[in-house]
Amino acid sequence: MIAIVDYGVGNLFSLVSSFKAIGIDAVATSDKEIIKKADKIILPGVGAFGDAAEKLFSSGLADLVVEQAKSGKPLLGICLGMQLLFEKSFEYGEHKGLSLIKGEIRPIAEVIPNDYKIPHIGWNALKFKNPKNEIFKYLNDGDFVYFVHSFYGANCSDSVIATAEYGAYLTAAVAKGNVYGCQFHPEKSGEVGLKILKAFCEL
Amino acid sequence: MITKRIIPCLDVKNGRVVKGVNFEGLSDVSSPVELGKYYSECGADELVFYDITASSEGRKLFTDILKEVASTIFIPLTVGGGINTLDDFDRVLKCGADKVSVNSGAIKNPDLIYQAAKRYGDQCVVLSADVKRVDGVFRVFAKGGRENTGMEAIEWIKRGVDNGAGEIVLNSIDTDGVKGGFDLEMLEKVCNAVSVPVIASGGAGNVEHFIKLFKTLPKVDAGLAASIFHFGEVKIKDLKQTLKENGIPVRI
Repeated sequence: MIAIVDYGVGNLFSLVSSFKAIGIDAVATSDKEIIKKADKIILPGVGAFGDAAEKLFSSGLADLVVEQAKSGKPLLGICLGMQLLFEKSFEYGEHKGLSLIKGEIRPIAEVIPNDYKIPHIGWNALKFKNPKNEIFKYLNDGDFVYFVHSFYGANCSDSVIATAEYGAYLTAAVAKGNVYGCQFHPEKSGEVGLKILKAFCEL
Repeated sequence: MITKRIIPCLDVKNGRVVKGVNFEGLSDVSSPVELGKYYSECGADELVFYDITASSEGRKLFTDILKEVASTIFIPLTVGGGINTLDDFDRVLKCGADKVSVNSGAIKNPDLIYQAAKRYGDQCVVLSADVKRVDGVFRVFAKGGRENTGMEAIEWIKRGVDNGAGEIVLNSIDTDGVKGGFDLEMLEKVCNAVSVPVIASGGAGNVEHFIKLFKTLPKVDAGLAASIFHFGEVKIKDLKQTLKENGIPVRI
């Protein structure tokens, strides 16, 4: 069973549905016992880093997620959920993250040319690092996924497993051992996205 | 490289897609679920569902349908029509919408955009504007294009973006339904005024119109259309292939 951590940020309907579509039992929950029993954990998230981090820490779910990840359980952060895995974020101030991935979250405006629009929104192609990470085993270089973000993972080069070109090579996905993160939305990336979730479930 | 998006728009009334559609292989041509699936398989980059129901029963039916679509199709879904309050945002987001488009609701209550963006994030709020030239000035129209609000369009759109709208759908009433091509003049003005993605709507009649749109105005992010897709005059698969051959980045 997959536990999708529900800490009151964003709407988990599509995420739950996408696991259902690939025949995997997934539940959106804030119940710590269920999360402990789950085989794998998804950390979702949309909105601002500060708010989300505050909710995650104050509910005690942050400690639980870190503890579970450190015990070796596969964890996948999606979009803001990926960003929360980092040490800190500079989105409207400075906020502490879960520190499961080394690096920080910074505005994409710092690295992309002036005439590029912010947020980076739409379908962009993935470029994998060699060797291709296991969660991309069903994908081909250049497959498209759906992005919506204004901040990106910086100073994390040893964890980057895929990038997307948007005037600069932005961090599209990271991995460190059993901890994974996607800046894009696999649950909104059609068949390609479902293949990533499937590969994650097979870890 | 980010790709240009092609977006079909479906009008839904009482749980059914209105305006006759004519597709081979679809058992139920007015089922939003069937049509959504069809478009998703054809390579549509996003779907827009527009609720044109007036009754509360119809509205309930719409959210049921939305849920069903969102549990079978995994591409971004935008919902519009009858969005007047934060509760309306909440209602459709809970059913699987990713973005919510506001039009008359924002005209009646301009604070709606700000409130919604604050609660759900800018990326969630799409400002849809129906714009028409009146005595040489771009004016915003409300109520499905029937009522001139007297507001100057570029200012209105800029204000919407300042308040937190993360995307603009610009529908030119002047070119809508004419099938003579997108309103490039109007689109250029809007693209130059805002830095958020702009979706062109109104006027597409054939594949060349999309090529011209993206070639002339590289700042336009997406093209939206309804009947030409529904009637199969333009097939999304062929359209994207042709765009690619013309050097326009698309997802294939």
